Amino acid sequence: MGNGIEIEKPLTEWAHAHFGAASRVEGLKRLSGGASQETWAFDVASKDTTHPLILRRAPGGVAAARSSEAVSLATEAALLGATSKAGVRVPEVLHVSAPGTALGESFVMRRVAGETLGRKILRDDEFKTARTRLTRDCGEALAGIHAIPTAGLVDLPRSLGEDQITKYEAIYRGFGMPRPVLELAFAWLKANAPTPAAPVLVHGDFRLGNLIVDGNGLAAVLDWELAHIGDPREDIAWVCVNSWRFGHSEKRVGGFGDLPEMLDAYAAAGGARLTPAEIDWWEILGSLKWGVMCMIMYSAYKTGADPSVERAAIGRRVSENEIDLINLFEGLGRHA
Amino acid sequence: MHDAPSAKELIEAVKAFIDKTAAPQLAGHAAFHARVASNALATVLRELEIRPAAEAEEKARLEALLGTTGDSANALNAQLCEAIRSGKMDLSTAGLLPHLKSTTIAQLSVDQPGYSGLRSAAR
Repeated sequence: MGNGIEIEKPLTEWAHAHFGAASRVEGLKRLSGGASQETWAFDVASKDTTHPLILRRAPGGVAAARSSEAVSLATEAALLGATSKAGVRVPEVLHVSAPGTALGESFVMRRVAGETLGRKILRDDEFKTARTRLTRDCGEALAGIHAIPTAGLVDLPRSLGEDQITKYEAIYRGFGMPRPVLELAFAWLKANAPTPAAPVLVHGDFRLGNLIVDGNGLAAVLDWELAHIGDPREDIAWVCVNSWRFGHSEKRVGGFGDLPEMLDAYAAAGGARLTPAEIDWWEILGSLKWGVMCMIMYSAYKTGADPSVERAAIGRRVSENEIDLINLFEGLGRHA
Repeated sequence: MHDAPSAKELIEAVKAFIDKTAAPQLAGHAAFHARVASNALATVLRELEIRPAAEAEEKARLEALLGTTGDSANALNAQLCEAIRSGKMDLSTAGLLPHLKSTTIAQLSVDQPGYSGLRSAAR
């Protein structure tokens, strides 16, 4: 599974069909060690052109290992098609391969040039111009995603704020590790729940790390596997969660921007007119969710499912989310 | 029981071995995990230094907040969670948020002293 031998042949067959018999697959390289799917980078050289491409594939070509809330690769590919048609910057999908085929459950998309590492995007000079545009770009991209009619869309799980509280609280209680700050966050979220907005397509993991940024700003929105039907404010708040500001806490949007600017761009691009205070509840939910997710990753060590130091150590990151929650509680009603 | 070498000295020795001898000979994934391992030992060293006093202070604060005594901070924290869950305590409860903030700052001083949210909390 880790080497490319089993997929090089079917990939070459696909390249011949798509780019012509003279084309070659070059530089096949596994990118992520993700458990939920494999990501491979490769080029197809045909005549005088090289096409940089990505293969997203279920581990071993079989979909069994994907987590229950993640959508299937075929659904992810369909979402990329629908969002691209709506004008959102996403990689173009060239091919979808069904389970049981030589390639296995997978899809091929164009490899968009740019950077995904948050620290580099926030620090390096080559993204200086991009950083001045990214806040508006994100607002516009989110407005575009949220405006896509859900009626004609592939079947997606539905998860509103209330559903997420129920789900993550059950997981948290299951661990039997009482943490007063998380307890306070659950209780506060329940007592202060906002009126649900009309459900829309939500990306579900819109943040630095899942965005390709080039010298000019946002180049592509990646990682649609947590897409669902939900509340648009969830996406807006998730990119604000301090865990994704990579040390640049002073800039609420991803460490690079101010929320009023993103909300202005969001409204100007057709999204609802929202205030920063309306995002607070969702950012608290976001920090709480990431805290519980760190507990989930640690539990993989505790149960013996993954004996790595990394899984053990991630349990010592829950306190990061706890201080973020406390900072958010202290800031409630204080910002413009 | 003797403590020569102490737990602290043993951990420091292993950490120095990872940092100076093992890690430079590793590449890729193994090098990454060596760095994580070294960081985990740094966490243990901070814990040895900070936890005893911080946990005693936490326990004293919990007893004042709950108006009761308990065997451990852990047991009192379970009680505090119950008080929050039942609605007996919330954000408006005097002393609750300052207590949680002090406790979380101490915890992060062990877990992730470089975390940005810790700097924000100190301001």
